[in-house]
Amino acid sequence: MGSTNSTLSKIPNVEELMQETGFTPAHIVRLYDRFEALDKEKTGHLRPQDFGAINRLAMNPIGDRIIGAFFSPGQETVDFHSFVRILAHFRPADKKRPKDPSMPEPVNSRTSKLKFAFQLYDQDKDGKISRAELLQVLRSMLEMQVTEEQLESIADRTIQEADLDKDDAISFEEFRKSLEKVNIDHKMSIRFLR
Amino acid sequence: PLPPCLPIFLHPLSSSSLSPHLPPPLSSSSLSPSTPSSSSSPSPSFSPSSPSSASFLIVSIGGDHGGSDLCCSPSLHHRFTKKVRIIEPLLILLRNCTYELSYELVNFFAFKKCFVNLDPGPLLSSVSLSLTSFRMTFCGIGCNKYVEANISQKSRTTVKYTMKTLASIAETIIFIFLGISAVDKSKWAWDTGLISCTLIFIFVFRALGVVMQTWVLNWFRLVPLDKIDQVVMSYGGLRGAVAFALVVLLDAERVPAKDYFVATTIIVVFFTVMFQGLTIKPLVNWLKVPRATNRKPTINEEIHERAFDHCLTAVEDIAGLNGYHHWRDKWEQFDKNYLSKLLLRKSVYRKSELWEVYQKINIRDAISVIDQGGNVLTSARLSLPSMASRASFPEVTNVTNYLRENGSGVCLDLQVIDNVPGAKVEEESETHHFLAGNLYKPRRRQTLHDSGDHERQDREIFQRNMKSRMETFKTTRHKRHSHKKDRSQKRGSDVKEQDLNDKPRRNVSWQDKDPVVVPVESEDEKGEHLEPEKEEDVGITFVARKVPDTPKERPKSVPAGLEVCQSPSMAPPSPTCSERNLPWKGGIGTLPVCVSMEATKIIPIDLQQAWNQSISSLESLASPPGPVEPLHPRVSALSRLGGQRPVSYSGSGVSGSGFGSRGAGSIVAQGIARFEFPPGGEEKEEEEGALSDQEQELQPLMSSSVRPPGRRRNPCVYLRSLVTAPPPGSEPLARSRGPTQL
Repeated sequence: MGSTNSTLSKIPNVEELMQETGFTPAHIVRLYDRFEALDKEKTGHLRPQDFGAINRLAMNPIGDRIIGAFFSPGQETVDFHSFVRILAHFRPADKKRPKDPSMPEPVNSRTSKLKFAFQLYDQDKDGKISRAELLQVLRSMLEMQVTEEQLESIADRTIQEADLDKDDAISFEEFRKSLEKVNIDHKMSIRFLR
Repeated sequence: PLPPCLPIFLHPLSSSSLSPHLPPPLSSSSLSPSTPSSSSSPSPSFSPSSPSSASFLIVSIGGDHGGSDLCCSPSLHHRFTKKVRIIEPLLILLRNCTYELSYELVNFFAFKKCFVNLDPGPLLSSVSLSLTSFRMTFCGIGCNKYVEANISQKSRTTVKYTMKTLASIAETIIFIFLGISAVDKSKWAWDTGLISCTLIFIFVFRALGVVMQTWVLNWFRLVPLDKIDQVVMSYGGLRGAVAFALVVLLDAERVPAKDYFVATTIIVVFFTVMFQGLTIKPLVNWLKVPRATNRKPTINEEIHERAFDHCLTAVEDIAGLNGYHHWRDKWEQFDKNYLSKLLLRKSVYRKSELWEVYQKINIRDAISVIDQGGNVLTSARLSLPSMASRASFPEVTNVTNYLRENGSGVCLDLQVIDNVPGAKVEEESETHHFLAGNLYKPRRRQTLHDSGDHERQDREIFQRNMKSRMETFKTTRHKRHSHKKDRSQKRGSDVKEQDLNDKPRRNVSWQDKDPVVVPVESEDEKGEHLEPEKEEDVGITFVARKVPDTPKERPKSVPAGLEVCQSPSMAPPSPTCSERNLPWKGGIGTLPVCVSMEATKIIPIDLQQAWNQSISSLESLASPPGPVEPLHPRVSALSRLGGQRPVSYSGSGVSGSGFGSRGAGSIVAQGIARFEFPPGGEEKEEEEGALSDQEQELQPLMSSSVRPPGRRRNPCVYLRSLVTAPPPGSEPLARSRGPTQL
């Protein structure tokens, strides 16, 4: 389509982006439109306030963490490339991808998805989910529904179940192991409409 | 009689097949009696004299509306049934029935009026049939969630199993009819062409249908259905009871070829159910289809899955996609804010799903721990004594019921389980002790039945004390034997306090058989020590004499004591009399510690205290589920006297009598002195002083739960220590002060 091509030409390094993330041109165009819609001041970058403008996100218990995940540590803005890269985590995994060990792990593989989820919990980026961090997430998810001590017992039990090396925190490996039976591909993918 | 019966059976069958969830919507008698103008479709609003097309409209609209209306009302009803739980299953099972029946009755006549002259009657009636079933299905699906949340667990179970029972009964009966028809030639007519073509076509067209629908669906699915799924779906089409029932319901006048259809259907049913049904499992295995794994739910997975859901919703919002998660989240918000508030009971409404899952997991774990003999501590600080045996149904039921009702308090202390090696053995011995203590009481009472009534109480005190003394002197084996005998005597009154009612009997036998905890003592031992004892003493030649001397004394002393006790073999009355004249009252040597056979059966009060102490120790959580703490320094001392099991008791205060490491021995000696035993020499010091010491020690002993939980002790040792009798004399005295102990 004409509009697609013209839009595509506006985006720098489209080819590389598509290669890296596996999105189709149509997807990229859609995302670009969305990016521009969010970027009200047309600076080419998104700031946390732009994300905050999305109303529904405010109601989401972990909405602010997700927003934080878009911004690499130290960066104040998100450009389109990073935007797309983060969103590419949620593409359904390609089943037919040849297993090529030399290529880097694709962005939407199971491990990458799990890493993304892990980072949601691990706010201080120390590689472990501590009890306090887990409590924070639980609190935000359950809010008014359970008491503080119920929350604590849930958190204790969670750590107990997952913690294999008894350091009272959940490392990425333990996190992955506790979710080995869950179909992550299914649970962490959204369908990008064609 | 065949056709009229079938609808009745088909009704519950179709209802259960239509609705896998609870409560199943009861489809009306959708396959109602075969009258041409039957199957009126219920609709809330009807007009008897409307023309046929209008009736049709009313039918369809009414179908939809009726569905949604009926959806809300069941849930609303159940919101208010908290106080009358018993009617919940009835409401569920009957409500839809009554609605349907009432509508049908009303509409039946309306339809009859409209359709009786029209040919499309059958067509419309079948349409309305399906509409009815749709209506009921959607009603059920819609209100399922709310009704299920509002009713109690028991009602849920009741409804579930009622429907299952009805469904299987219906299915069985239909298949019986099928079998009868197959044999009865008059009901069918064979046509080879029709049958073979039908068999081929059911395969072909089913596969075709599956492939086409899958192709369409895969456009919209995140995880597409692949070839293997399609193969399994097309191969899995079993035709069964419903098909047969339908074909039998055909009206032979309107469908002249009915018999051919019946024959074909019978063959098809046989073929699919038997051939396809039997071969589908090997096929699935051959194709290596991933099976559903029955995995234990973990709280980790729950939490993370929920977090993922939130995450995906957020991403969808960011990316501006109005995708699946977006709409689902919207619906959930609406549900939470409006629908649930209206339809769910307040207490249910406030619960969080994650918390429910957590509770379920906890309860499941707690139950399995208890089954294995662990210890579960609730946040309410009620420690549940471990159930050593799986056979203890009443206890387990109580525990599990308790846990189910109060799940929120259950906090499984896994540390406790991990740190207790051999918990099972300890638990068994512990319960053994408890039971022994509790078993004691009824026996005591029984043995006293010969004495008078009033003085009996006094006597009981003495007797109990005596008996407790006797008891501890006996060998375990002998005790076991006597227990065995006793158990037959002891009937009925189970003084067991809490919920170990069945345990006494059971555990007694256990205790008798258990070689681990209790050291086996040979009769020889008993025998050989009996003689020397007898020589030395006229009265109760308890071990006391021997006890301080050799390490092996204790066990031997026990038999000795036992033997001695047995030798007098007095009838119960005499012991009581003799007990009356207990040593501390006066004379020495006049006391025939007579322990009759009954006396040997009494378990010392030590156990009673042991029980209490163990309870307190369990509650304190500090101590793993061990046997009763070193409750009685006396007992511990005694065990030390025996010496075989070196138990390092701090002997709180017991050793104060001057025995040093043999502190207990002094007590024993003292006690024995009461009975005029020639103790190992130390008894002199105690006549009165020791008595007071002993009394003091015994007081707490008697008064149970005063003793601070002592050190954790090896159950084996404890049991042995029980064998060594605390000085009987002192005990009765203390007993008299604390008769309530018994």
